[in-house]
Amino acid sequence: MLLAGGQGSRLYALTQDMAKPAVPFGGKYRLIDFPLSNCTNSGIDTVGVLTQYQPLVLNDYIGNGEPWDLDRMNGGVHVLPPYESKSGASWYEGTANAIYQNISFIERYDPEYVVVLGGDHIYKMDYSKMVDYHKAQKADLTIAVLDVPRSEASRMGIMICDDEMRVTEFEEKPKVPRSTLASMGIYVFTWAKLKKYLIENENANTGSKDFGKDIIPAMLNNGERIYAYTFEGYWKDVGTLDSLWDANMDLLAPAEQLNLYDKKWRIYSRHNNLPPQYIGTEAEVENAMITEGSVIHGKVDFSVIFGNVTIEEGAVVRYSVVMPGTVIKSGAIVEYAIVGEECVIGKNAHIGRSPEEYDNRDEWSIAVTGHRITVGDGKDVLPKQILSESI
Amino acid sequence: MATNQNILGLVFASIHDEAVLDLTKNRTMGSVPFGGRYRLIDFPLSNFVNSGISQVGVITKRNYSSLLDHIGSGREWDLARKKGGLHLLPPYSHTGATMYNGRLDALGNVWSFVENSSADYVILSNCDVTTSIDFRPAVQAHIASGADITAIYAKGYYDQLKDRHATIFGIGGDGFVNDVTIDPPMTGNCNLGLDMFVMSKAFLRRIVKESMSRSRYSFRRDILLDRNTKYRILAYEHTGYFAKIDSLESYFNANLALLDSAKRIALFPKARPVYTKTKDNAPVRFGLESHIRNSLIADGCVIDGKVENCVIFRGVKIGKGSVVRDSIITQDTVIGARCSIRNVITDKNVQIADERQLTGSAGYPLFISKGAEI
Repeated sequence: MLLAGGQGSRLYALTQDMAKPAVPFGGKYRLIDFPLSNCTNSGIDTVGVLTQYQPLVLNDYIGNGEPWDLDRMNGGVHVLPPYESKSGASWYEGTANAIYQNISFIERYDPEYVVVLGGDHIYKMDYSKMVDYHKAQKADLTIAVLDVPRSEASRMGIMICDDEMRVTEFEEKPKVPRSTLASMGIYVFTWAKLKKYLIENENANTGSKDFGKDIIPAMLNNGERIYAYTFEGYWKDVGTLDSLWDANMDLLAPAEQLNLYDKKWRIYSRHNNLPPQYIGTEAEVENAMITEGSVIHGKVDFSVIFGNVTIEEGAVVRYSVVMPGTVIKSGAIVEYAIVGEECVIGKNAHIGRSPEEYDNRDEWSIAVTGHRITVGDGKDVLPKQILSESI
Repeated sequence: MATNQNILGLVFASIHDEAVLDLTKNRTMGSVPFGGRYRLIDFPLSNFVNSGISQVGVITKRNYSSLLDHIGSGREWDLARKKGGLHLLPPYSHTGATMYNGRLDALGNVWSFVENSSADYVILSNCDVTTSIDFRPAVQAHIASGADITAIYAKGYYDQLKDRHATIFGIGGDGFVNDVTIDPPMTGNCNLGLDMFVMSKAFLRRIVKESMSRSRYSFRRDILLDRNTKYRILAYEHTGYFAKIDSLESYFNANLALLDSAKRIALFPKARPVYTKTKDNAPVRFGLESHIRNSLIADGCVIDGKVENCVIFRGVKIGKGSVVRDSIITQDTVIGARCSIRNVITDKNVQIADERQLTGSAGYPLFISKGAEI
């Protein structure tokens, strides 16, 4: 069950007209391609995607699930928006409530185990190994954890475990962390147990219907078998503009952290039938990732360029992420920025600035334009600016 | 777009295979890789689909396993349909069927498929011409003129020393063909047939049955060239960019021609995309020391060297310090470090070790077979 309903408000202009899991990433993908492809590659053939906020782009993108091999006769991917029933209609009121409202969907498939995932992270993971571990420990709940640096532990949900990795306590954003095992928001539940706790939580009517705040503490208090499963590998939260930019830049780092070229673990996505990219005679491309359909006549340095992007001669793109369909006209400079889908950056416009130009680093951050924005000729978008309307 | 149930498209996947033997040793003409991520059959298939034609038969002869793998159910061309859809028509498909010698007996062998379709008109196409064409105006012209056959042609240039399998039309003032020659002893501008023909199913039935009864199998010789029958052949001009592939040199040139943006836009118009089997490759990764000029690069490549005037297909790796110029490097080829490659065509999965030097010349590119290790 993929929780994709959130607004992603910390991505501001990028989620104005689409849900966070639909936000483009990595030149060719949308965030949801990672959990979906992980499911496919892990052999999970039945996936419910819980949507709520601005679902149109996401729903169209998921479609019948064919790009991820999830268009199946039995199972497959199902988009699950909130719905009206005899007992009324209600939006999803929390992560637990979202699953509670879809108990009948899950029951249709009569699973023994349910994997609950978020849609905000970039990582590759074989969930079947986690399920095997869950079975081996005879667990009721297994939580995937990542060993994080102590300095980061106070920003996350921390699991305290015994020698056998059984979770004895858990603390949300502790000031003084007693462990460095952070919850990744990836859970394997034995369905019978999850169902019981979901119903109890709903009936208790405390108003709070969240996994982290309600379900897991309740299970812990009742002595259920909760185990931590350590994950090793690249895992990046992309819930803020800075971290989204960072994660894209990670793809260009010399030491490869996330291998997108592994044929045994492909990340699938819905394609657009574009011809190969063309790099022109005056183009200068250095350390970049560029996608099909793009036409590059300018300079591209340390940047991620999505498909169907035009970079005219004399334009410069450095340390930036340019999303699909955008045109960057000649003389424009785009640096340390995220440019949304289908934007037009006018001649000699200047988006973003290098952090080196700022003595006080608190005054600097990346510049962002939302989707379908036009930045007029010669206009300026400064660091920290998030443009949600054309200028 | 609305589907036209009235027209059946037929693609001959194996015609003129012998023109580019290096590439068709193990595959049909239709499976020949082209343009960074396509195979030649993607052009006729996409032209049919973009013309609203969703009943398509693909007639093959031999070596069609990679074609089968490529086409699958036809889904990627939007041809996995309950009504119509894509049908692969191999030889020996029913009792009494034989290997074909030409288009006429090929059609005779698959006639029950053609007969069973609901179409009133049939369009025949080969795989050796890359072009983007909407067939509907040609069909309209065919119906309006009352012609027996409409032959689609383009104004082209024929060089008797280099070109082969060229059908050249003489066209009268009334727009009908009054002369047909094959590979004539001339060099110059001409009306070059694109091997695309429109006919009514009824007319096609007549000529196929008659030809079978006289053991005639060549469409060109027994229908087009035959002066005795006086078929009324309308000449329909296609004005879009096209490239005919009839030699390794023309294959090389047709690929490199895509480096010209006008030709690229003409061959891949946004309104009529060319569909192909997707490979779910990641975007291209250009390294710190890469240096690219005037090249077409398909997804999944990792480029650390220098690339100029090339067409690089999907999944190719080019190592540091290597220089690749004026070449066509097809799918999954790996070029090591510090190599020097010029005027070369590599087939799929070629492995070139470090410091290798491979040079062809512009008129005679060096061809490296599939899977070779150098």
